Amino acid sequence: MSETDELLIAAKNGDRRALSKLLTCLEEGEESPVPAGSGDSIGVTGPPGVGKSTLIGRMVDIWLARGESVAVLAVDPSSPRSGGALLGDRMRMMSADSSDSFFVRSLATRNHPGGLMDCLSPMVDCLAECGWSRILIETVGAGQAEIRVVAFAERILLVDGPDRGDVIQAEKAGIIELADLIAINKSDLPNAARAADSIRSALSVGELERNPEVLLVSAHDGSGIEQLVDAIDAVETTTGRERLRIRERLISAWDSTLLGADSFDEVMAALETGSMTLSEAVESIRKG
Amino acid sequence: MRIVVAKPGLDGHDRGAKVIARALRDGGHEVIYTGLRRTPAEIVRIVMDEDAAAVGLSTLSGAHAILIPRLCGGLREAGMTDVVVFAGGIIPEEDRPALFEEGVRAIFGPGTTTSEILDFLKTLDERAEAGEAIGVGEDPGWHWE
Repeated sequence: MSETDELLIAAKNGDRRALSKLLTCLEEGEESPVPAGSGDSIGVTGPPGVGKSTLIGRMVDIWLARGESVAVLAVDPSSPRSGGALLGDRMRMMSADSSDSFFVRSLATRNHPGGLMDCLSPMVDCLAECGWSRILIETVGAGQAEIRVVAFAERILLVDGPDRGDVIQAEKAGIIELADLIAINKSDLPNAARAADSIRSALSVGELERNPEVLLVSAHDGSGIEQLVDAIDAVETTTGRERLRIRERLISAWDSTLLGADSFDEVMAALETGSMTLSEAVESIRKG
Repeated sequence: MRIVVAKPGLDGHDRGAKVIARALRDGGHEVIYTGLRRTPAEIVRIVMDEDAAAVGLSTLSGAHAILIPRLCGGLREAGMTDVVVFAGGIIPEEDRPALFEEGVRAIFGPGTTTSEILDFLKTLDERAEAGEAIGVGEDPGWHWE
């Protein structure tokens, strides 16, 4: 029996440390002991500073009070200079830190393109196998075009806030078209209702088969959080997204292959000294 | 290395802890910061969930003699004997031997340079490779001077 199989058995019997070690193995690229695609997760994405972590902390409180168990995979960026990372999401999910039904794992992107890593899928599968009823992926603070979360999460909650630009921002294409649900956080601040209206009106003239609900919430004072939690359950996942999901998965796997290529460092060095062109570099890596 | 930087007890500010967290990040480590006012039990849980190799404790308010041994005991009880514990902040000289006896491997006071802490972590790697004790549940014979 492999190490990951043993860890999975221990984790299923409630050994938290084994679960944690299992996730480390997956992060380091080991084969998952669970069939791929068996888990189901909620992706929480949105720009930096809109309150994703704090909002998750509030939602977790509600799920725990309802008797559920919640696992969060919280992703933060790695430093492109040092390779280090400061992972600070869990400090905003403090209230539940001593519950046995709550698990948070902070993950660094390790500079994987797209801000999310391939290991997230097997992690979700293993957490589901171990009986965690809610599994959330919190992405790095993401802009308009970052849709990689589609590859890893079945349902997508987009979090935004007030004063993040005029109505044209809401009209732009991108992740907003893929969200199953949109939460405008910081409803305790002025202009939050206006931000929600801009997004609603932008969506209303679109050609989506079904517009996502736009909810006003405040992770600060707790208002609207119960409704948000209920709305997540009411969401029907759109099947039309399957092709896009496969596409994003393929790109993500391609990125991993590129970064993991034996010749990667060599090719980088050749590019730096100018002894190789970009297209030669691509060709060289493809040939292995 | 994955390192939890934690603030046990009732300290009012965490300037020092944040500086350390940042320095470790710049040294290429993955740092999980807990925020203020965590109990030893919460910190044990965080170290476990994050599968951290080390935990750095910052205390300023004088409760180190109670809180740090509690955390060390909690880690041992949870079976995490290989986790490295180090500390910083305001910890008087006379209180240090007892903490080293508990398995704390380094105590950094005011004026410590960030490069010294990175040197300590490098030494940990070397010791681990040589099979020498560094964990909180292992022989407490060695600590960083």
